Amino acid sequence: MLLQELLRDYLPIAILLFVATGMAFAMVALGHLFGPRRDGKAKLMPYESGMTPIGSAVRRMPVRYYLIAVLFVLFDIEVIFLLPWAVVLRKLGLFGLIEMLVFVTILLVGYIYVWKKGALEWE
Amino acid sequence: MSPVIGIVIEAIIKSALMVFVLATAFAYLTLAERKIAAFVQVRKGPNRVGPWGLMQPAADGIKLLFKEEMVPAGADKVLFFLAPILTMIPAMVIMAVVPIGPDVELFGRSIRLGISDLNVGMLYILSVASVAVYGIVLAGWSSANKYSLLGGLRASAQMISYEIALGLSIIGPIILAGTMSLQGIITAQQQSTWYVLWQPVGALVFFLAGLAEVNRAPFDMPEAEQELTAGYFTEYSGMKFSLFFMGEYIKMVAVCAIATTLFLGGYLGPYVEQLPWLGILYFTIKTTALLFLMIWIRLTLPRLRYDQLMAFGWKVLLPLALANVVVTATATVLLG
Amino acid sequence: MEAVSAAQIIFIVVALLTVATTFLVVTVRNLIHAALWLVATLFGIAVIFVLLDAGFMATVQIVLYIGAIAILIVFAVMLTRRVMQDVGPQSNENWWLGTIVAAVFFAAISTLLWSIRWPALPGAVVGDTVLALGRSLVDPNQYVIPFEVASVMLIIALIGSITLALPGKQSE
Repeated sequence: MLLQELLRDYLPIAILLFVATGMAFAMVALGHLFGPRRDGKAKLMPYESGMTPIGSAVRRMPVRYYLIAVLFVLFDIEVIFLLPWAVVLRKLGLFGLIEMLVFVTILLVGYIYVWKKGALEWE
Repeated sequence: MSPVIGIVIEAIIKSALMVFVLATAFAYLTLAERKIAAFVQVRKGPNRVGPWGLMQPAADGIKLLFKEEMVPAGADKVLFFLAPILTMIPAMVIMAVVPIGPDVELFGRSIRLGISDLNVGMLYILSVASVAVYGIVLAGWSSANKYSLLGGLRASAQMISYEIALGLSIIGPIILAGTMSLQGIITAQQQSTWYVLWQPVGALVFFLAGLAEVNRAPFDMPEAEQELTAGYFTEYSGMKFSLFFMGEYIKMVAVCAIATTLFLGGYLGPYVEQLPWLGILYFTIKTTALLFLMIWIRLTLPRLRYDQLMAFGWKVLLPLALANVVVTATATVLLG
Repeated sequence: MEAVSAAQIIFIVVALLTVATTFLVVTVRNLIHAALWLVATLFGIAVIFVLLDAGFMATVQIVLYIGAIAILIVFAVMLTRRVMQDVGPQSNENWWLGTIVAAVFFAAISTLLWSIRWPALPGAVVGDTVLALGRSLVDPNQYVIPFEVASVMLIIALIGSITLALPGKQSE
């Protein structure tokens, strides 16, 4: 019974995943098969609008991007918590609403803190 | 074992169809965009290959197939190869839970017009959308090119920033429908009405966040031609380039299809109960209308500056989406 | 019966692949590659969640771990200076001690797992797991306190990350 539901729900998705993967690989393979390859030293240089590249392209990125990623993780967790609550809200009634408002309010404080600290500014 | 084989065969046929339809949609979406752009800018657009340029996508595809594939010196070869594939796969797979019509009778069995229907459907969409960042980060990183790296970083930071607003904007319909299954959300809209009427703010936030998620204008900073050449796919050519292109356009289709399902009643329309196949037509019309809106926006609005773009995501869209959730929840509980 | 063994075969294959990718995470030299093998591991775990009929956990696993935390790790790797050319030794002279501790720990855990008489779950009728989860999150008799505390923990993490990562004003 349980296994059948599993098969009905997730097996088709797995098959779509395989088909899509197969197609993506096939497209790249066809390109390799039909495309010519005439490499040259200047040709394979990184493209910098025709200039000879200065320095390595692999450089450290600004820490601000990391901060954005951290904030994203935290708020994403909030969204995930909201989802199952949203599904049952109609059945929960007032109590469930208040619980979630407390949760959101606490996180709102954090959001205001982040804003005031200037973490959302992007110079 | 025979029901399992039935499921497998049905899934293979539907998956192949889905991939084929999405690839075709991609091809003609590029043509449509060029034609509409030409119309807006009072010129003719592609008109040489076939009548009205209808064979143009095929010509483009064949051209790209025979183009040279370059791997820049200093690139991480494995990741450079994988990045376009990893961009393409989520774009295709995200459509798995979207029903494009009601169940129909075919060959004596009931067939669902859609790959699957999960009770966590909306969460599935969020999860596949979040995986889509990888292709872009890896393309930027593996190319060993400054434009690519900057474009990849910008694109990924933008995508994750708008993903929160996207996630919050879908909570409104979930509260109203009381389910995360997309089929369930459509059924609930059948009983009340299209959710765009109850959730105008949610629909707006979803559409804007969706635009940002697929890096479309006015949020196409990561690919700003004028300063980053082509952003994260600067170094890509041939079929790998076309995979990125395809991924982006299929993601557009996916965003519009999901918006249709959540806010425009999906496949619902007059006489759909009597003639289930009509559902596909309604679904296509609504999705196409949204796609046209996307192209129209691109042709009308200038590009946002990067700091404006991040500020808009974090300081406007996120609070707006959160307020929408709180208001929707309060109204639902208090008014019943 | 036949179908059950099919599920077991899938489980064994997925579990083996997951363990193999985990091994690659710690042995691969290139940090970005290691992070990507970690993504493969997390995906394997998501598949195992699906096999356990925990669709919600599987999707959350992908959203949070692959879509957020692993992205964070990739970003962190990009922050570091030398990603590609790490040439230091991968183990130190205490590797044998670590091996012994790991082996003993593994033996202890496995004997424990073998000795427990796992109770058979009464039927598989749980209904919609998402509904049950949503209820239990706000039920005072179940998880409402951990749930609200989670928001406080998120705030602490928020403040911590800003203290650590926000570029100071004096540096500009």
